[in-house]
Amino acid sequence: MSVAAATPTWPMYRTLVGVGMFCGLLIAITFQGTRPVIERNRAEALQRAVFAVLPSASRSETFLVTPDGDFVPNSDAPGERVYAGFDDSGQLVGVAIETAGMGYADTITILYGYAPQQEAIVGIRVLTSKETPGLGDKIETDPAFLENFVALDVSLDASGKALRNPIRTVKQGQKTDAWQIDGITGATISSVAIGDMLAASSARWVPAINAQLDKLKTGDDSGGS
Amino acid sequence: MAVPDKKPVIATDEFIKGLWRDNPVFVQVLGMCPVLAVTNTAMNAIAMGLATSFVMLMSNTLVSTLRNFIPKQVRIATYILIIATFVTIVDYAIEAISLELHKSLGAFISLIVVNCLILGRAEAFASKHTVRIAIVDALGMGIGFTLALLCLGGVREIFGEGALFGVALFPDGFEPWIVMILPSGGFFTLAGWLLLINYMHQRKERNLAAAEEVTK
Repeated sequence: MSVAAATPTWPMYRTLVGVGMFCGLLIAITFQGTRPVIERNRAEALQRAVFAVLPSASRSETFLVTPDGDFVPNSDAPGERVYAGFDDSGQLVGVAIETAGMGYADTITILYGYAPQQEAIVGIRVLTSKETPGLGDKIETDPAFLENFVALDVSLDASGKALRNPIRTVKQGQKTDAWQIDGITGATISSVAIGDMLAASSARWVPAINAQLDKLKTGDDSGGS
Repeated sequence: MAVPDKKPVIATDEFIKGLWRDNPVFVQVLGMCPVLAVTNTAMNAIAMGLATSFVMLMSNTLVSTLRNFIPKQVRIATYILIIATFVTIVDYAIEAISLELHKSLGAFISLIVVNCLILGRAEAFASKHTVRIAIVDALGMGIGFTLALLCLGGVREIFGEGALFGVALFPDGFEPWIVMILPSGGFFTLAGWLLLINYMHQRKERNLAAAEEVTK
């Protein structure tokens, strides 16, 4: 009896359920209010990144990649996506592809632009990285390193199924061929990680994109954004 | 007759204590996780300080409003519920304002929930005082916390990147002290500020004691 009196159950229920419902309502309102803004910001950030890695693109379109290697424009289905960039006259200038790999501190995510006409990677942008400030983060800032990705050769061999020369990171100042990346002294692991990521991703995507190039070129005739 | 004058004096005192005498970082040494982790630039420090202040202001207000309805046994659970709600709101708000900022503050926005400063103010102050005083207390503590974070963030950005709020301060030849933006730099800077603030507090006490000697 005295125990029941010491711990009144009803007020506790009332408080927790009442405060819980009120808080739930507040969160729901905020979520509804901020979601369109957040989604617009995300889309804009992605758009900026796509245009950064495909310098001559002025319009982009999202393609869903099905498990059997088919490219489907503007699909809402879950799955991997690539972003095709078109210039003012509607010509395909390249495809932006996201890839990730282990850096020195944590996983590095990058977006890179592949231009089929030039058979080259024409730009990269680091999306997320926790590399050491001042050392590993030079992969984002070092102008000499970024110079590697103005025209990094990824041409296909005669069979069209593999790269003629896989991408490799070499020591700083020892780049001799168009498919090599000049590394950064002091950021060896980070710069090699970028090279390995690009090598693995381009070996998979460059043949896949070339096999479906006609589909990507036409894009969505109804006009995407 | 002194009653109308007394209230503003108390309110001002509750405000000032958060800024200096009971500063959450330099005197109470509370909430060290965000203090050390996200003060690598002045901008991050201000954003984190304002986010924490907002959560503290809202939770103090709500806890103080509901203080007579919350049974003692479930008070901590209720406070955490309230705090977590406002942290979630802040999380969405920051993401809507700037994705860049949201990315650089990272998990530390969600971790405002476990900042013992906020729960501490709800339990030790808001649950025992009127809404008006609780708001003043939250404002004082919040601004005190933000200024303290700015003290750390400013020093770390100046030495670690040679800039303040992204504006370069030194000529090109300046080699930034990388250690200052790494975690260890946070400890060094905090230690430096604690040393300075404690010295100032002690000197003030000595001066007060000396003044009392003289008046005797």
